[in-house]
Amino acid sequence: MASLRDIKSRITSTKKTSQITKAMQMVSASKMNRAEANAKAYVPYMEKIQEVVSSIANGSTDASHPMLTSRPVKKTGYLVITSDRGLAGAYNSSILRQVHKTILERHKSNDEFVIIAIGRVGRDFFVSRNMHVELEVIGVPDQPSFADISSLAKSTVNLYLNELCDELYMYYNHYVSPIQQEVTEKQILPLSDFDTSNATLTSYEFEPNAEEILEVLLPQYAESLIYGALLDGKASEHSARMTAMKNATDNAKELIDSLSLQYNRARQAAITQEITEIVGGAAALE
Amino acid sequence: MKTIKVNVVTPDGPVYDAEVEMVSTKAKSGEMGIMAGHVPTVAPLTIGAVRLKNGSNTDYVAVNGGFLEVRPDVVTILAQSAERAETIDLTRAQAAKARAEQRLQNNDGSNDVKRADLALKRALNRIQIAQMR
Repeated sequence: MASLRDIKSRITSTKKTSQITKAMQMVSASKMNRAEANAKAYVPYMEKIQEVVSSIANGSTDASHPMLTSRPVKKTGYLVITSDRGLAGAYNSSILRQVHKTILERHKSNDEFVIIAIGRVGRDFFVSRNMHVELEVIGVPDQPSFADISSLAKSTVNLYLNELCDELYMYYNHYVSPIQQEVTEKQILPLSDFDTSNATLTSYEFEPNAEEILEVLLPQYAESLIYGALLDGKASEHSARMTAMKNATDNAKELIDSLSLQYNRARQAAITQEITEIVGGAAALE
Repeated sequence: MKTIKVNVVTPDGPVYDAEVEMVSTKAKSGEMGIMAGHVPTVAPLTIGAVRLKNGSNTDYVAVNGGFLEVRPDVVTILAQSAERAETIDLTRAQAAKARAEQRLQNNDGSNDVKRADLALKRALNRIQIAQMR
């Protein structure tokens, strides 16, 4: 049986850890709220741009753009959004597991795809597996603004336009609720499946013409898809970290309880033993 | 006078949302003025000012590219970034201008010239608009 002092020191250290995890939980909770608010502020922009893009892409059949037409696939791009730091439960591992599985299924050699990594964990994962990371961004702030990601988004779209990859998939954790995130795969390029169900189709005049508008509009649309996914991913990251830290705090509490029980038992045993010894000593004297 | 609703939306949230009499923008093909009842139009914008006139009162918004969507009763401007004249940080804009100018001066013929040029245009636009308030 562990000595009283050993148990005591374990209780203290567990308490200290639980204080830290508790603090981290609260920090993540407030970050999650802000990330959620950011994601909400972004919705009007996304809805609008989606509406215009779909009404142009569906409305005028003569307008064509390389980003709308699919071509034979020689190289696939994978944009993977992970976090920079760990301690977020299964947040990173579940995405990376799925991407890795998909890549192994779809491709025979490492030349058939390129990786675009947002976040250190994802970057390190692919680099350590000798997969080609074409673009990377590390150190995205907790509340990213569009400027933080615009250069990556632009270069990613250019990869496609310069035919360095022929299709582009994006992987991120979709924020369902504070306790639930879902790994999501989304094809960004070539742009397809426009949601036409709720868009009111307006026939527009194009100034100067549809081609030139698509030239401006489509890259902007693709970039905003990436930014939207990043915001979604950030909200998921904070909620995943919050849940992980909550579990850690709960576990620490449980551990402290069982250690305290053990400690009290050991203390009681020591007292009993002492009394027995005194009584025994007194009896021997009589 | 009849008014038309104007929304300026960026990825970081809405910037402007009000009823105005007339919107003047700088499209790629030239200046465009829009009033209520305009035919539905889509046009790409250049870096420039959007003037929103309501009575004797005129608001300015700096937009960095993006595009304009017009419907008979509503105008939407979707830009990757936009700032109202009141919220422009003049010292920051001036710093950005100085930075871009310096980059243009020691240009080595790389791709950066184009970016610096754009940055300079954006900074000048913001400075100009900030001074109009």
